[in-house]
Amino acid sequence: MDAMLTELSRACRLTRAAEDSDAVLGVTPRYVASPADAGEAGALMRVASGNDLAVVPRGLGTKLGWGTPPTRCDLVIDTSRLDKVVEHAAGDLITRVQAGVSLDRLAETAAGAHQQLSLDPPPGCPSTGTIGGVLATGVAGPRRWRYGTPRDLVIGLTLVRADGTIARSGGKVVKNVAGYDLGKLFAGSYGTLGLIVDAVMRLHPQPAAVSYAVTQRDDAQALSEAVAAVAGSELAATAIEVDRESRDGPVRIAVLLEGDPSGIAERSRLLAKLLGEGTRTGPEAPDWWGRSGPATAPGTTLVRFAFWAAALPRAFAAIDAAGHAAGVDPVITGSAATGVLYGLLGPEADPAAAAAFVSGVRAAIAAGELDAHLPGVPHQSLPPSQASAVVLTSPPEVRRSLDPWGPVPGLALMHAVKDQFDPGHIMAPGRFAGGI
Amino acid sequence: MVEDLIPEMVAICGPDAVVTDPLELRTYECDGLTAHRCAPGLVVLPETAKEIAAVVRVCARAGIPFIARGSGTGLSGGALPRTDGVLIVTSRMRKIIAIDPVSQRAIVEPGVTNLSVSTAARPFGYFYAPDPSSQVVCSVGGNVAENSGGAHCLKHGFTVHHVTGLQVVTPAGDLVWLGDGTGAAPGYDLLGAFTGSEGTLGIVTKIIVKLTKIPQLITCLLAAFQTTGAGGAAVSAIIGAGIVPAAIEMMDALAIEAAEMAVACHYPQGAGAVLVVELDGPTADVLADLAKVRALCEQSGATEIRQADDPDERAAIWAGRKSAFAAVGRISPAYIVQDGVVPRSSLGSVLDEIARLSAACGIRVANVFHAGDGNLHPLVLYDDASPEATAAAEELSGAILDLCIAHGGSITGEHGVGVDKSKYMPKMFADTDLDTMQLLRCAFDPVGLCNPGKVFPTPRLCGEVPGARRAPHPLVASGQVDQF
Repeated sequence: MDAMLTELSRACRLTRAAEDSDAVLGVTPRYVASPADAGEAGALMRVASGNDLAVVPRGLGTKLGWGTPPTRCDLVIDTSRLDKVVEHAAGDLITRVQAGVSLDRLAETAAGAHQQLSLDPPPGCPSTGTIGGVLATGVAGPRRWRYGTPRDLVIGLTLVRADGTIARSGGKVVKNVAGYDLGKLFAGSYGTLGLIVDAVMRLHPQPAAVSYAVTQRDDAQALSEAVAAVAGSELAATAIEVDRESRDGPVRIAVLLEGDPSGIAERSRLLAKLLGEGTRTGPEAPDWWGRSGPATAPGTTLVRFAFWAAALPRAFAAIDAAGHAAGVDPVITGSAATGVLYGLLGPEADPAAAAAFVSGVRAAIAAGELDAHLPGVPHQSLPPSQASAVVLTSPPEVRRSLDPWGPVPGLALMHAVKDQFDPGHIMAPGRFAGGI
Repeated sequence: MVEDLIPEMVAICGPDAVVTDPLELRTYECDGLTAHRCAPGLVVLPETAKEIAAVVRVCARAGIPFIARGSGTGLSGGALPRTDGVLIVTSRMRKIIAIDPVSQRAIVEPGVTNLSVSTAARPFGYFYAPDPSSQVVCSVGGNVAENSGGAHCLKHGFTVHHVTGLQVVTPAGDLVWLGDGTGAAPGYDLLGAFTGSEGTLGIVTKIIVKLTKIPQLITCLLAAFQTTGAGGAAVSAIIGAGIVPAAIEMMDALAIEAAEMAVACHYPQGAGAVLVVELDGPTADVLADLAKVRALCEQSGATEIRQADDPDERAAIWAGRKSAFAAVGRISPAYIVQDGVVPRSSLGSVLDEIARLSAACGIRVANVFHAGDGNLHPLVLYDDASPEATAAAEELSGAILDLCIAHGGSITGEHGVGVDKSKYMPKMFADTDLDTMQLLRCAFDPVGLCNPGKVFPTPRLCGEVPGARRAPHPLVASGQVDQF
């Protein structure tokens, strides 16, 4: 047994030598440790920082293939034993769960009190990720239109810093402005600032009734008008999703309504009227809804486009022009009303063409084609760019030919934050935007 | 010396935008929390983001502290000036730059008042959801600093849920955008971390906010109860039924009495507590929920229920609640506005304990609160002519915060920590927690010139090695959480 493994095992009893299957985007660690509690996690991090071991946190591993590969990885901290629902205060609509608790398990617990964590997996993701992983990647699916993303639902956080210090922020009440909100900072940080040990999440009541309205449009312009009409209506939709299999095909629209059964019946009728002839309504989601379910097939390229919602027709135009030029035809799906679309290319797509596609959309963004287009507003009153195209996951060949993150505003401050939290750069080094 | 900067400040902002007259400086000596006063060394009133950046660069170079101030309505002394510092007032930056109804966004300057965003968005059918009670005068820049809430944040969320882009001047004087307006910008969520940082990480110069569709129907119900306990039971029953009203507000007998004297709101006579429940959304859903709320209030022992079906009746119901803070001035020479949070399910027991504490020291407490999210605003009434009463009131006010912490709540739900509550931070957080938050501060403001002395009690210097922990974590000590 090597000396380091002995030392790590002293900090955390369940520590083992790593195997090839523990690799993070092709980088195989030396050790895998499964701490039983925050104390063991802190002890592990002290050993890691004392010995300059690079650490990558891992939940169920459903999004471990996202982001960029770590520049080095010695120790994987597996959160599977941090699996306790510490508290579910139903009367307060909150729950405190450890990082390794799966979304399924959390959903089951909350459902016992007719409550829910109002987060869906994004396209291509199974619903079984852990709360730590969901927070670390900051992902959300269709219901983000109403409930937001993980940063909007996390109200308290316990974390272990790179040097092993255990710290908390927030608390277990929804309304709380005491101190800096580190939950926001850690949401979407890809494990590069520290290890999430537990989180307090806001819950919502399960809706008494749901209804979906499904229809389609022939082109992006007509689609955009329909999306804007629903988003701008008083019907209070919970989600407004669009989906297109192919450039030449129609774009499907589905709108989710939630609420009181009598209210739902009335709103479904109004919504069907608003969306026009051929709209079907019912309690079942269309099979393409959120495109969640099976994990993304290995080799899939998943790109997230974000823009101001008014740029929806121009986003489709840029995506189609780039796809046509690169010779690819991605599935386009996503939460159109929030200005978030995903492009999915299967493993059969040529990696060079996939990279060319992303570069093409980025060129359109750089040229201002996806900008907000606000007449009379000087450009210095606006962010330098108002759109982005991020490659969430892809085959290695795609990652190698372009930066998956693309341009990131405020990067200098992000480096400064990283340097403060992780001066030795041992937390998931290289996994995040700008080489962080 | 701060006076040495006057020529440079005049060169940047112009002579009429630099205040040096001692009498005029005194008008800036406090914000909405008048208990703390300090005349600023210098006040500047810039008109552009570039001017603010230039002012901050001058301060940074000279090592002079600087503090941002919006409309000065804050209730925790977050904008309290320093005699050795520059106060940067954003009240001349009042342009609404853009309203984009299709993207549901507005871009505004920091001095724009909260309510005027909603006023500008109304012709398009939208409003700006966070609505602190000072919304007529408070600035959006100040709202960002404080992560302001309001009566309707129960359903609609806080400022942080409605901001998607910030242009800020960093403490080094750089003009930087955090977020790109989409709500899905790549990189760390510095926008989220900055919101609510109480002016300690930089100065906001432009804000991109989300606009919310005006609901089809807004309706409001007033229910009277014999006791706050019965009112609290109604709140729990409403939440337990899966209803999320836009607001649930409660007032106790003393607060009702004060409001009656101030605005003659004609709340039911002799009520021990009143609940104001507002529901908004699509008409059919609101009407269905309204029927349920009525029934639940009746089951909880409501002695009278009134319903407002038009804006005038709604305003009449809200008049008493909105007047409450100022109204207690009529029944007491002085009062402390406290702001604490408890888990909603602890409301009843916390109110009982506050009543016991109040009786024990002979200091009256009027309770006004956002019952839906457990945010208490106990108004501690005392005679400031008596030093003993003043001391007892302050002690009681602090004891109420201790109660909030003991029940797993927070020392502030919306007023902020500022200078007023920094001494309570170690009761809610361990040294390691505060040290960790300080890392964020050091990333933005390594020299500590940006609103120093706020939020944190005597912070370590950036780069200083932390000492041994002085005590167990307060929540561990109180037995609320297990040892890590």
